[in-house]
Amino acid sequence: MSETVDVTKLGGVKPGEKKRPRSKEPRREIACQTVEARIKNYDEVALGYTAEDAVYEAMRCLECPKPRCVVACPVHIDIPTFVGLISRGQFVESAEDIRKYNNLPAVCGRVCPQENLCEAACIVNDTNPKNPIAIGRLERFVADWQFMHTELRADSVHKRPPTGYKVAVIGSGPAGLSCAADLAKMGHTIHLFEALHKAGGVLMYGIPEFRLPKFIVQKEVAYVKAVGVEVELNNVVGRTMPVQEVLEEFDAVYVASGAGYPNMMGIPGENLNGIFSANEFLTRVNLMKGWKHPEAGTPVRKPRKAVVVGAGFTAFDVVRINIRLGAESVHLVYRRTREEMPGRGEEIEHAEEEGCIFTLLTNPVRYIGDEKGFVKAIEVQRMELGEPDSSGRRRPVPIPDSNYIIDADLVVVAIGQTPNVLIPSQLPGLATKWGSIIKVNRETYMTTVPKVFAGGDAITGAATVILATRAGREAARSIDAYVRDPFRAWNPPA
Amino acid sequence: MYRITQKKVLAKGVVEMKLLAPRVAKAHKPGQFLIVMNDEESERIPLTIADSDPQTGEVGIVFLEVGRSTIDLGQNYKEGDSVFAVLGPLGTPTHIEKYGTVVVIGGGLGVAPIYPICKGLRAAGNRVVTIIGYRRKDLMFWEDKLKSVSDDLYVTTDDGSYGIKGFVTTALQKLKEEELKIDRVIAIGPPIMMRVVSEMTRPWKTPTIVSLNTIMIDGTGMCGGCRISIGDETKFVCVDGPDFDGHKVHWDLMFNRMKVYLEEEQHAILASPECKLYYENLKR
Repeated sequence: MSETVDVTKLGGVKPGEKKRPRSKEPRREIACQTVEARIKNYDEVALGYTAEDAVYEAMRCLECPKPRCVVACPVHIDIPTFVGLISRGQFVESAEDIRKYNNLPAVCGRVCPQENLCEAACIVNDTNPKNPIAIGRLERFVADWQFMHTELRADSVHKRPPTGYKVAVIGSGPAGLSCAADLAKMGHTIHLFEALHKAGGVLMYGIPEFRLPKFIVQKEVAYVKAVGVEVELNNVVGRTMPVQEVLEEFDAVYVASGAGYPNMMGIPGENLNGIFSANEFLTRVNLMKGWKHPEAGTPVRKPRKAVVVGAGFTAFDVVRINIRLGAESVHLVYRRTREEMPGRGEEIEHAEEEGCIFTLLTNPVRYIGDEKGFVKAIEVQRMELGEPDSSGRRRPVPIPDSNYIIDADLVVVAIGQTPNVLIPSQLPGLATKWGSIIKVNRETYMTTVPKVFAGGDAITGAATVILATRAGREAARSIDAYVRDPFRAWNPPA
Repeated sequence: MYRITQKKVLAKGVVEMKLLAPRVAKAHKPGQFLIVMNDEESERIPLTIADSDPQTGEVGIVFLEVGRSTIDLGQNYKEGDSVFAVLGPLGTPTHIEKYGTVVVIGGGLGVAPIYPICKGLRAAGNRVVTIIGYRRKDLMFWEDKLKSVSDDLYVTTDDGSYGIKGFVTTALQKLKEEELKIDRVIAIGPPIMMRVVSEMTRPWKTPTIVSLNTIMIDGTGMCGGCRISIGDETKFVCVDGPDFDGHKVHWDLMFNRMKVYLEEEQHAILASPECKLYYENLKR
């Protein structure tokens, strides 16, 4: 392993030394680009911790013997240990320790909703309210440190001897990467298929550069390759090769094809020019780098009056891209209130700081086009909240005769994604619900087709990166047990 | 990277390339398309597959140098060079069975993708009557190749410089007047041609299939940029198509959606001195 950094001058302690935790001190804020600067570029908004920031923050951690944060973490990272290593200057060891539980620390450190998970559970909240240890920022710090200060070497990773079993992983998003890396570390031969020209799935096409720089995603992919995963790009399984062929060639197949099919509302005028699905808009900007057109080949329409429909993670990403593309105004149209928004607190605040106009309790009913067939306005209807629905949120109910018009020359519909039907359509025995979500046994991740496992958004519909990462990890354990089982017992969903 | 094993200029601005992409060549069925990326930052260009050879692993494309990316591909990539990405085969294959007599129409660049379709229809036992149309004689290509997979072949040119003077519909009308029993029409070419063919066959009640080439990014059903209206439904050309019932396509909307990026495309051409020069030369 690499050298330890002497952090005693930064307020830290020596390796192995006991520390006196400074949990009463305030939580260290992360440096961010100013609003004025960041709305004019695509660079990352949160600049990350310095070593001094990280050591200060780590020294606040109590390193509890029964840590609640570990329980709250979907992949159960040993948080006290990795934070403890930071306070002792063992940054690379710290990153390697996280990687025992999570193959994507630089990604999760940035995009995981820690405020609802590990940080919400942190015991420091009890004595120093709203000042939990900044676990996410520390995770990002050590992952970035490792990328900057060490060479990725396959032999530095603890790997079990080769087993001779071959597993195919379909899709290189968080679930696929995580499952592939774990299986490779277990000694299996892994072939990862990706339809697009870059590995990373939603991390590449969905999440914008200013929240998750693409070179960071590629560093994580490089790590997954370094542990022995073979990545094949430009292969849409189901088109480039029949699913059946993959089944014949491998001992097991993990389907992690995500939720990439855009939902639209089906209201009049939705196919007018200037109306985009969130997927199209994000793919143009993030994956194809449309923001630097014509230097990059793919164009993106320049908004003047932009309207974004929806209020999830994706909607806020789209809002903030429109601001950076120079829109005069960006309205976020949402049929419920701020309370019910599924987007993450920090993103909602960032969008508001950057000038997003919240048009709440409002729902589009129709799009109006100009003589050239481009959208020029949206007719919307006001809503009020009624009784709670199945999601527990109060159901929005239209208010009669409350329609009015909002001007818009660019509209992005960000109301969710569902899984692509390509793979289910080629496996007649594969049970799905609502037509595209693959059914699995939640213990084993086995589907109704022997040899075929599934995970990530493909089994849940659009969710979060960390849940997909967990699904990948858990499936890897189940796949490992299955390929080694001489009887290859199959436990499909009930 | 995918090697360009052959490159030929078929006519002014019309380029044929063979790309080494064994998986695509093996899986290709008539009517499907692929996506090419010249380099890491270029557009993803959807192009119909004109030919494939599972033995050599080559797939053929024919394209018109019309936008920044296709001009770049045609002008700057030589035999032996490699392109950054080839993805395919995409889309639902053309439905091929024994229909009887099928009139297959290719207009301009559309002559290339009808080649594997004619071949497939012939193999399924159909009588294949082919009409290929060009603006002028000097823009013609693949007459012999199409002849080899057709029972009858008619060539039209807009200005009468070769074959029948007029459009592909001139020849189609003539076949109808000669009381040819047409069981199915398949038309691939410029959208306006496919529309006119569909309008002509509508009163005849002859099933007419067109192959749409809309704006796309991923080509796998992810972005919805290619969406169009078929009857009352919204469909994605990349996965539900590219073949559709020409009588059900909402043509006005389709034409409109082709124009979303007109301004940006113009801007891209002007921003590249090379493309600008190419365009000026073309106008002369």
